[in-house]
Amino acid sequence: MSLNTFMQHLSNGLALGSLYALIAIGYTMVYGILRLINFAHGDIFMISTYIIFYSVTLFLMPWWVAFVVAILLTGAFGILVERLAYRSLRNSPKISVMISAIGASYLIQNLAIVIFGGRPKAFPIPEFFNKVVYVNTISIPVANFFIPGITMAALVILLYIVNKTKTGMAMRAVSRDYEAARLMGINVDTIISITFFMGSILAALGGMMWGIKYPNLIPLMGLMPGLKAFIAAVIGGIGNIKGAVVGGFLLGMSEIMLIAFLPSMTGYRDAFAFVILIVILLIKPSGLLGENLAEKV
Amino acid sequence: MIKINDLNVYYGGIHAIKGISLEVPKGKIISLIGANGAGKSTTLRAIMTLERPKSGTIIYKDKDITFEKTQNLVKNGLVLVPEGRRVFTNLTVEENLILGSYARKYSEEVQKDMEWVYELFPRLLERKKQKAGTMSGGEQQMLAVGRALMSKPEVLLMDEPSLGLAPLIVKDIFEIIKKINKLGVTIMLIEQNAKVALEIADYGYVMEVGKIVLEGKGKELLENENVKKAYLGA
Ligand SMILES: Nc1ncnc2c1ncn2[C@@H]1O[C@H](COP(=O)(O)OP(=O)(O)OP(=O)(O)O)[C@@H](O)[C@H]1O
Ligand SMILES: [Mg+2]
Repeated sequence: MSLNTFMQHLSNGLALGSLYALIAIGYTMVYGILRLINFAHGDIFMISTYIIFYSVTLFLMPWWVAFVVAILLTGAFGILVERLAYRSLRNSPKISVMISAIGASYLIQNLAIVIFGGRPKAFPIPEFFNKVVYVNTISIPVANFFIPGITMAALVILLYIVNKTKTGMAMRAVSRDYEAARLMGINVDTIISITFFMGSILAALGGMMWGIKYPNLIPLMGLMPGLKAFIAAVIGGIGNIKGAVVGGFLLGMSEIMLIAFLPSMTGYRDAFAFVILIVILLIKPSGLLGENLAEKV
Repeated sequence: MIKINDLNVYYGGIHAIKGISLEVPKGKIISLIGANGAGKSTTLRAIMTLERPKSGTIIYKDKDITFEKTQNLVKNGLVLVPEGRRVFTNLTVEENLILGSYARKYSEEVQKDMEWVYELFPRLLERKKQKAGTMSGGEQQMLAVGRALMSKPEVLLMDEPSLGLAPLIVKDIFEIIKKINKLGVTIMLIEQNAKVALEIADYGYVMEVGKIVLEGKGKELLENENVKKAYLGA
């Protein structure tokens, strides 16, 4: 393989890894605070791409307005999912909440089929992102620069909020002990809503960039990226934001490299994610950056 | 400040609080003593609305708070140091204290209170940037008390604040309780150490299996034969 093609694969791996990372953060944040795998997260991601599609094609918004609208609406949608599917089960057994999560996921998918239709739609890619940059003789789509850049910026902002602000402190407190958090005057429900909002915003960010890279929208498009991102979150150590990012990049990069170096294995790219998951969990059961699981479960 | 009227609390089928009534007057120190499982913690948890009573009322500042949200009580100056510390082990000492002031607007006063807490517990200042979970049990207990003080309590409910502390530090804690009481904070105290608890109390209640069986001025209870036998090891 020439250096040029390798560089191309590398940039594709970085882009795909960024997308997994953005979605994975949502899983990990919700898990951190509710000890729940939000199975509907991939579908929240899917919804964000359709919001952009309809904002541009139906409401004729400029793409950047559509992006902002999608981010806000998707955040609100995440809050709604928590309200309807999880809040009333706050004190129920874990298994009930999990079943509700799976139910929410199916419901959103099927509603999407009914409302949006099952036929694929073409994501309206802004002109700008269709450009290709030539470095020496390597051609790299502009998006491959923007995607990791925006991901990193989002991550820096997120880590600042979680680690430095009072709301972030409250989020971490709630993730450890609901009752003690209430005793500080923290409104636990509000903090949980904020967590869903932030996770969903990142999913929307991922959704809009996913659409730019893979502009084929279908109602079930959240399934695979959702599953991969979930695996990424577990690989990195679920509950740990940096871990989700590391896991996302690791997974995206290995997937692209597998295809690059062993093209005959392309059909196994999805199975490959599980292989990585199993190997890493065998070596480090709590994930790469995970804390001791014994304390959490 | 607080008035409990004929309160009944159940845990499933267990009748943990059986129709108790008590009063915590403004500016006083009230002690609640009793054997393990008597229902002392449950009483304080019910006041903070962490437990939902089956019947009865809890009045705070002349308002019925029986079903009020916990966070609103905290905003209103009703603060609990919970049983078993419950500090946020994944946060630093400083962050725990900041969260203590969560319900307050940030102001110079909050900053002053923080300095005051560090003065009361110099150990916390040394450990400021350390994760609370890495501190010793006694240090975590100091943090739990300091964190509660950061909420600017008008009424401070304390569930065994001296548990696990060395005798010298226990003395300190009780000095601190007296000090904050002098500053105008009303105190309701649960203690295993009945002698100390009754010594500093203006008024005391004795609980047995969910009922209040005896009450009176702290000094009177100390002299009471039954109390002496059951709780003072005399
Ligand atoms: N979550 C719970 N579920 C079921 N029963 C409980 C629960 N919490 C307390 N109890 C029961 O209620 C009764 C009162 O408990 P409580 O914790 O109020 O006692 P306590 O007086 O604080 O005891 P200690 O001095 O040991 O702290 C006990 O019999 C206890 O077993
Ligand atoms: Mg107790």
